[in-house]
Amino acid sequence: MFDKHEILEKNSLLLTVGILITVAIGGIVEIAPLFYLESTIEKVEGVRPYSPLELAGRNVYVREGCYVCHSQQVRPLRDEVERYGHYSLAAESMYDHPFQWGSKRSGPDLARVGGKYSDEWHRQHLINPRNLVPESIMPPYAMLDSTPLNTHQIAADLKTNRVVGVPYTDEMIENAEADLAAQVDPFSANYDAFIARYPGAQVRDFDGNPRVITEMDAIIAYLQVLGTMVDFTTYEPEADYR
Amino acid sequence: MQHNETGHRPAAASGAGVDTTFIGAFLVIGTVLALIVASKAVDTPMQVHALIFLIAFVLGIIALGAHHFGGAMHDESKYEFGVVKAGVTASMFWGIAGFLVGVIIALQLAFPNILYFDHLPFLNFGRLRPLHTSAVIFAFGGNVLIATSFYVVQRTTRARLWGGLASWFVFWGYNLFIVVAATGYLMGVTESREYAEPEWYADLWLTIVWVVYLLVFLGTLWKRKEPHIYVANWFYLAFIITIAMLHIVNNLSVPVSLVGSKSYSLFAGVQDALTQWWYGHNAVGFFLTAGFLAIMYYFIPKRAERPVYSYRLSIVHFWALIFLYIWAGPHHLHYTALPEWAQTLGMTFSIMLWMPSWGGAINGLMTLSGAWDKIRTDPVIRMMIVSVAFYAMSTFEGPMMSIRAVNSLSHYTDWTIGHVHSGALGWVGYISFGALYCLVPWLWKRKQLYSNALVEWHFWISTIGIVLYITAMWVSGIMQGLMWRAYNEFGFLEFSFVETVEAMHPYYIIRALGGLLFLIGAILMAYNLWRTARGDVRQKELSGALAPAPAE
Repeated sequence: MFDKHEILEKNSLLLTVGILITVAIGGIVEIAPLFYLESTIEKVEGVRPYSPLELAGRNVYVREGCYVCHSQQVRPLRDEVERYGHYSLAAESMYDHPFQWGSKRSGPDLARVGGKYSDEWHRQHLINPRNLVPESIMPPYAMLDSTPLNTHQIAADLKTNRVVGVPYTDEMIENAEADLAAQVDPFSANYDAFIARYPGAQVRDFDGNPRVITEMDAIIAYLQVLGTMVDFTTYEPEADYR
Repeated sequence: MQHNETGHRPAAASGAGVDTTFIGAFLVIGTVLALIVASKAVDTPMQVHALIFLIAFVLGIIALGAHHFGGAMHDESKYEFGVVKAGVTASMFWGIAGFLVGVIIALQLAFPNILYFDHLPFLNFGRLRPLHTSAVIFAFGGNVLIATSFYVVQRTTRARLWGGLASWFVFWGYNLFIVVAATGYLMGVTESREYAEPEWYADLWLTIVWVVYLLVFLGTLWKRKEPHIYVANWFYLAFIITIAMLHIVNNLSVPVSLVGSKSYSLFAGVQDALTQWWYGHNAVGFFLTAGFLAIMYYFIPKRAERPVYSYRLSIVHFWALIFLYIWAGPHHLHYTALPEWAQTLGMTFSIMLWMPSWGGAINGLMTLSGAWDKIRTDPVIRMMIVSVAFYAMSTFEGPMMSIRAVNSLSHYTDWTIGHVHSGALGWVGYISFGALYCLVPWLWKRKQLYSNALVEWHFWISTIGIVLYITAMWVSGIMQGLMWRAYNEFGFLEFSFVETVEAMHPYYIIRALGGLLFLIGAILMAYNLWRTARGDVRQKELSGALAPAPAE
């Protein structure tokens, strides 16, 4: 058998093709089924695309590299469920382009951080984490509080997300910039239409500064929605044993 | 861009041929595109990057013109070693830069009060960490791989690199990618895919460079004067092909604007996660393993002046390794929302991977049969053999950590960081250092290194550094994993999260110290190599017997 190897050793093209076939198999077998096996993503109620402000906040989260230290994936282990909440479902990140599951917890998991702390706690914590948690090793993000959010591109962001499979409607894309502003203003005329488009979205001025929509507004809106979408009263885990 | 060292012979073939025309035309098109993007860019990072591309392309055109009209000769009977020298120099530069950033971010985690600045967001850990990982893996490791592969493929085929100036295009194009990636991280341009963070336009650029790299490598194999393709070249070839496949699939994304830096990945959630870790683990498997195994298969036999231990083991090692590695990705996603069948497949193949890994390590170590005394007498051989020992150690640790039960403790903790660094500092670092210590005297035609004693110092300082680093991470990782799952007598979680962070403080200081020692070792090496290239030999180490070395 080893004599036959000579054929490959003397023919660079055969060797190339041999390598390509050998290294392609594993990925095809493991990844391809995830796209067609229906059991991969659970059927749940409540998961909707991110609102424009949440999506903008998510982009700040990605830009600052938060995923480097914070996972967004609660494992079904007793201590994790008690510490963070219900274990994460695949359905909860089905609109996440890209996913933010992370690989390291230099800081705590954030998959279910939504609603756990007040907006003002997040704001103070982001400005300087050690003001609230003296032992923290997290960097300060005071700049977010004074940087106005760039809102002009948000419709294009939604549109691109639709291209990659997020079910944003024409109406959502048309109203993207207005919806972004509506989410920080509970008294806006657009309130009802916004809530109809993004059921359950939280509407308030997140950073306590009504004069300007900042990156702080966006990231807090994103953090506050994390892990809150699924309606666990209607979720039946037994249906998803796989 | 000097083509070869002695340009006064009659040219065997004209250098101003197809390669110059192709590269020239390509650079002109690139210049026009970069100008358009620079003028229409919708965000600052894109504008900065378009300008960087523009400057690089214009410099490329000038260099090409100087080369063409400078009357440089193309001599098919000579090896192209200029580009290898450039790769060696770039490796040393990026190595020190990458290790330095590593020390800085290690210190940030140890002393967050001192090393973060409110108004300098680009110095935050979240942006510097990708800078560190990319600098050491792709800038240092990548340049080592390009330089050594160009050297080894020429030596083992007895043919000059194919494609004329194409190899120079690969070198400069690759380093341009590094600069764009690194400046992007600092400006917050990222796809947030670990070890594949650069945005869509940098990915496209790397794809072009990589295809040319493959062509140069294959082209050189095609015109080889040896009937057999040497084993090191199998590994280089597998590394180049597989990285192309992984890079293209994992970076599939749709840009928001053709003149903007932001894009959204094609896949979402669970599919995206597995695609990323299929890539991520095989960046380890093919970039940091297959490529560096090629270095092992050439430089250890060469330096020890012994044949490779077993030809059959090489064949089994090669095919088993590249087949099994690809499956291992899902072990990064144990207990997540990834379906359990995929997790189990990933774990099973990761455990099987232990065998070919050790097969390769045995093949490398046993090559020293009959020359074991060289571990004592030649510090460069010692460095490479210790490197293979680290490889064996981390390829045992890896399969162990891929077992779901072990992973439930180790995942998300510093244990993973320690594991990676035993492979990265011990295996990848040392085999690269060994290759560079071999290459510099060979390329610059020196009889010996400037100082073997400095190599000894480098070896011992950095070995102590590695040991400090990985033991600190083992302790802090296992400790944190145990603290997270600790319950008190009433059945409540014993520790809050921040108590576990506080407990890691001393280990973060030890880790930073270990990294600092490793950096100091690398600086000693750079000095040693620089003096070697200049032709200096330390007074005490003159090998006297032969013609006197050109001491100053």
